[in-house]
Amino acid sequence: MATMGIAEALREGIREEMRRDPTVFCIGEDIGVKGGWGGAFTVTLGLVDEFGPERILDTPISESGFCGIAIGAAMTGMRPIADVQYGDFLFCMMDQLANQAAKMTYMAGGAVKVPLVMRAPVGSTRRGAQHAQTLEVFFTHIPGLKVVAPSTAYDAKGLLKAAVRDDNPVLMFEHKLLYGSKGNRAEKGAVSPIGEVPDEDYVVPIGKGAIRRKGRDVTIVGKLLTVYRALAAADRLAEDGIEAEVIDPRSLIPLDKEMILESVRKTHRFVVVEEDNRTHGWGAEIAAMVAEEAFWWLDGPPVRVSAPDTPPPFAPNLEELYVPSVERVVDAVRRLVG
Amino acid sequence: MNAANANGLQSSVPGEADLIALYRTMLLIRRFEERCNALFLQGRIPSTLHLYIGQEAVATGVCSALRADDWVVGTHRPHGHALAKGVSPRVIMAELMAKVTGCCRGKGGSMHVGDVRKGVFPAVAIVGAGLPIAAGAALSARMRGTDQVAVAFHGEGAANEGDWHEALNMAAIWKLPVLFVCENNLYGASTHFSKAFAIPRVSDRACAYGMPGETVDGNDVVAVHDAALRAVERARSGAGPTLLECLTYRQCGHSRSDACDYRPDEEEALWKERDPLKVAAARIRALVPPVPFDPSGIEADVAAEIDDAIAFAEESPAPAPEDLERHVYWEGD
Ligand SMILES: Cc1ncc(C[n+]2csc(CCOP(=O)(O)OP(=O)(O)O)c2C)c(N)n1
Repeated sequence: MATMGIAEALREGIREEMRRDPTVFCIGEDIGVKGGWGGAFTVTLGLVDEFGPERILDTPISESGFCGIAIGAAMTGMRPIADVQYGDFLFCMMDQLANQAAKMTYMAGGAVKVPLVMRAPVGSTRRGAQHAQTLEVFFTHIPGLKVVAPSTAYDAKGLLKAAVRDDNPVLMFEHKLLYGSKGNRAEKGAVSPIGEVPDEDYVVPIGKGAIRRKGRDVTIVGKLLTVYRALAAADRLAEDGIEAEVIDPRSLIPLDKEMILESVRKTHRFVVVEEDNRTHGWGAEIAAMVAEEAFWWLDGPPVRVSAPDTPPPFAPNLEELYVPSVERVVDAVRRLVG
Repeated sequence: MNAANANGLQSSVPGEADLIALYRTMLLIRRFEERCNALFLQGRIPSTLHLYIGQEAVATGVCSALRADDWVVGTHRPHGHALAKGVSPRVIMAELMAKVTGCCRGKGGSMHVGDVRKGVFPAVAIVGAGLPIAAGAALSARMRGTDQVAVAFHGEGAANEGDWHEALNMAAIWKLPVLFVCENNLYGASTHFSKAFAIPRVSDRACAYGMPGETVDGNDVVAVHDAALRAVERARSGAGPTLLECLTYRQCGHSRSDACDYRPDEEEALWKERDPLKVAAARIRALVPPVPFDPSGIEADVAAEIDDAIAFAEESPAPAPEDLERHVYWEGD
């Protein structure tokens, strides 16, 4: 057992998978340059020393192109782990992800598989509109993709390994404030959870959520950073005698619906906290699911605490308003519990 | 095994038997597409169709330079690519008729015809998007230590997509074993080449990426085959990719209900004179010593194969309702 942050846990997960399976390789920008950073957030730092530049493959700045290359490799016996420097650049490869990776298996009537992993950092971090979006929902809407979002080091390594071994395209969203990147790649305002990570091989199955805190009065669902906002809110609410149950789905597609529904059937109240824009968002889908499938257990409406319908702002004071704060979660729960 | 071709160039295509085999493949594609058109007009094939009539020499010439385990990525106009690479007319026709026996279980349709068992990817109908995927297959071949080669067929229209440029660049810097085969049929949908390019040849772009570019007569199956063979050998030997531009013409509408009013009649007539089947027949007749060439036997043979494919497709069932939600994710081999 070792303690580490998410960036390091991902690195160890990649290292172990690459040692285990020669068809696994990494492809992306600035991931293997000697004297470089190991990708934008240090995840692949040093891996080139062990695996060489053929398996830690640096690409030109060609997101759509290298995504397509990873897809072609995945369809012919390889297991690429691709990454973008910022999740925002997934839009540059949208066709390859949405029309190619996601649909190949279906349009071939099941005759081909695309075991691709695409990793993407998301989250507001003083970078403004084009380097700070939380955009998982664009991909959770595309049948054929699996989507995971680890918020702890243990889950990051376990989900990475599960993703590499999965025979479908898996997008892994990682929050910039949770990486625990060190040195001059460290993030201001980071939460950087440090957690215990087993040395032995393990996977976190895709599609299984985690209950981060037990409670009887309200169910709060968050993902990535908002899991921590929800936990901090739960601590405050506990001071008033309100016990919140905090659920981290970990996988967005497939979603552990049963874990959420079971919790709601117990607490009768539901709040979802997301850094995403509100309209047509991820929270909207979870809230609709709860309303549809647990309506008769609810004592009040499903509530969303979301980012407003604006791009992520740059000014730190505005950014603080943009990302759901602990106070906003507390207020939402108080209103609901009334 | 070299035979002189009509231009007096050395050709690696040997003699009569090979030329006749090429001719047969081209004729199979031609008659298959003609029958598809008729079936479509009779309402027996749903969807739209992008037919390969007039371009048969390109797929045939290129695929005859490939091995069975090489990869091909086709386009929205993929029937010819698949037939030339050896996918059976039965499973293609069944796919076009949306039957569960089709090469994609009736879930791909005309624009995604492919059969990975024959080295043909599900065709990519997003213009240009197939090039990086083919480059990825080539990267995979190298990483897995095989000497397979990948081919990305594409229309000249694709050469103005970003993916085209990104794929050529990465293939060149990594010396990937891939052929980018540009089928320049003068029109991207209804848009003439001259309205989309400020240069005379697509292959002129190859030098910008540091790879050889070549333009050949895409209606001459031997010229295509020879150029493809050189490019395949280059790729297999580790020397890297090639951009091969084949000048050709689609002798049909872009897709269903295209009357081609944007094309001058004289231009269409000129290209019909240069019909790839005529060019191939002339090559056979020009063999020294001369051989008698009567294509009627091949015609009958090809007609029987297509009749069989249509019968197979018509007798096959449609996908079951459960098929709708199957294969969204991989279900295993
Ligand atoms: C990205 C994209 N844009 C537009 C289309 C619509 N479309 C289908 S075929 C076609 C023309 C393609 O021309 P070209 O690449 O030269 O191939 P050709 O049809 O001549 O074989 C167009 C515009 C498409 N399928 N994909």
